[in-house]
Amino acid sequence: MDIRFSGFGGQGIIKCGLITGKALSLFDGKNATLTQSIGPEARGSACSSQLVISSDRVLYPYIVAPEVLVCMSQESYERYEPDLRDGGLLLVDEDLVRNAKPRGKTKMYSIPATRIAEELGNKIVMNLVMLGFFTAITEVVSTGAMKKALPGLVPSRSLELNEEAFDRGYEFGREALAGSEKSEEALV
Amino acid sequence: MKKTKADPKGVLTGAHYLDGDYAIAEGGLAAGCRFFAGYPITPSTETAERFVERIPYVGGVFIQMEDELASITALIGAAWAGKKAMTVTSGPGFSLMMENLGLACMMEVPLVIANVQRGGPSTGLPTYVGQQDMMQAKWGSHGDYEIIALSPDSPQECFDLTVDAFNLSETYRVPVLLMTDECVGHMYEKVVIPPADEIEVVERKWYDGPKDEYLPYKPDEDLVPFMIKAGDGYRFHTTGLTHDERGYPVINAECQNVCVPHLVEKIRQNADKIIRFEEEETDGADVVVVSYGITSRVAIPAVQKAREVGIKVGTLRLITVWPFPEKRIKELAGKIKAFVVPEINYGQVVYEVERCAYGQAPAIHVPHCGGWVHDPEDIFKAIKGAVK
Repeated sequence: MDIRFSGFGGQGIIKCGLITGKALSLFDGKNATLTQSIGPEARGSACSSQLVISSDRVLYPYIVAPEVLVCMSQESYERYEPDLRDGGLLLVDEDLVRNAKPRGKTKMYSIPATRIAEELGNKIVMNLVMLGFFTAITEVVSTGAMKKALPGLVPSRSLELNEEAFDRGYEFGREALAGSEKSEEALV
Repeated sequence: MKKTKADPKGVLTGAHYLDGDYAIAEGGLAAGCRFFAGYPITPSTETAERFVERIPYVGGVFIQMEDELASITALIGAAWAGKKAMTVTSGPGFSLMMENLGLACMMEVPLVIANVQRGGPSTGLPTYVGQQDMMQAKWGSHGDYEIIALSPDSPQECFDLTVDAFNLSETYRVPVLLMTDECVGHMYEKVVIPPADEIEVVERKWYDGPKDEYLPYKPDEDLVPFMIKAGDGYRFHTTGLTHDERGYPVINAECQNVCVPHLVEKIRQNADKIIRFEEEETDGADVVVVSYGITSRVAIPAVQKAREVGIKVGTLRLITVWPFPEKRIKELAGKIKAFVVPEINYGQVVYEVERCAYGQAPAIHVPHCGGWVHDPEDIFKAIKGAVK
């Protein structure tokens, strides 16, 4: 499975990949290879981290058409959405990405991640809100593994806040999933 | 040469999620490296950063030098002072180190240089992958000499092979080059660091005879001379000039005829002990894909696809690139139809394969000028073309 986290430099996009990759590799028994797009223009412009996940050894390290795309900025949505595999999952911060919509068989889920983080007292944890949301929607990684991966990757003084942010995003994701299942049932 | 166990102070035992650059720093620390001098350059800087972060807890020295010329020269000094020393760089810095790489070879100084290769020539592609310094690693400095070069294919191997690099360097009193690349250097994967007592490290062959009888360039039975620590009271002389066993300059053909063959032969005669490679399904193969570093991973999907369409393909992954597994390539060449050699350059190691095949089988190159890894489809096409 190929996953891309994207947004702008400074949002913790690389950290999203690091936490998820560490969780999968060290605690969920998977192989997860993380690569990152780094350039001289890193801070403030489009930035992304890519994870290739496999139960076997990862051979080709880069992603081509990801199954999951997480967008935390307008620019990253416009740049990376066309690469999303048909039938893939698109996760967006609904306040930062305007006019996002699913295409073909892709499914879209949105969350006001930055706003939730602000409610928690610090918008810097918006990436953890998004990771909680991502964990609930995709089910590619266990919550236990994600929590275990946090120490060492977030400052110890804000570990609790980061965990809280993750939980809020996770709950939001569970509710979104339940909601979308209901609406699908209604259609049937 | 004495084998011991790693000093637990430098060993971060456990499972980690690290990129290749960080793993190189951890490998160095585990191997006993306590001196690092370097100049930052993308995509290798993370190794220096990691070393800086860790060294206050391990005990040792890090110096940010004014440039790469100074970096390698500081390593030579530190090694003579008894330390295991390393630096890390990329193409442009590697070029600057070439003159004193020759000095280290001539002085027979153990040290480790990691080159996290990026696309070149010149400033090229600072943030993107290349494998374009492979021949420079072998031939970059002037004159005749031999070095050892290793090529890791993953962050785990960045750790493992950095430990090996130090061990080889100490064993043969020679600079060892860890030829990795931006892709592996910046790629995060699981890296398992074993307990210190499971990591074998080589201790330098120290001289402990009478002080006035020490000869820094008198070969021992294994062709490698003993070392001392500068400042321990031994009189010694070392120079880049052609020298005798005392290390004194002797500028004539006779001395050159002893000094230079010695530098070359201590590696060539031990080549079988140094060379490591991994082979799969080469028995009965029609094509053997020879590759190294990240390209050896990218080649596997192509090999698998070729097997699915009935082509008999084997693989040979170079772990040691220099010295080159000449004998094995020659043996294989007599049994197969062709070698396929993908590498992220416009033709380097492929020429070595061609040379070692002695005309028995062609070596088909799959070039890539850098900036990305191969599309496995291009390697597949080359394999298919090779059996036509």
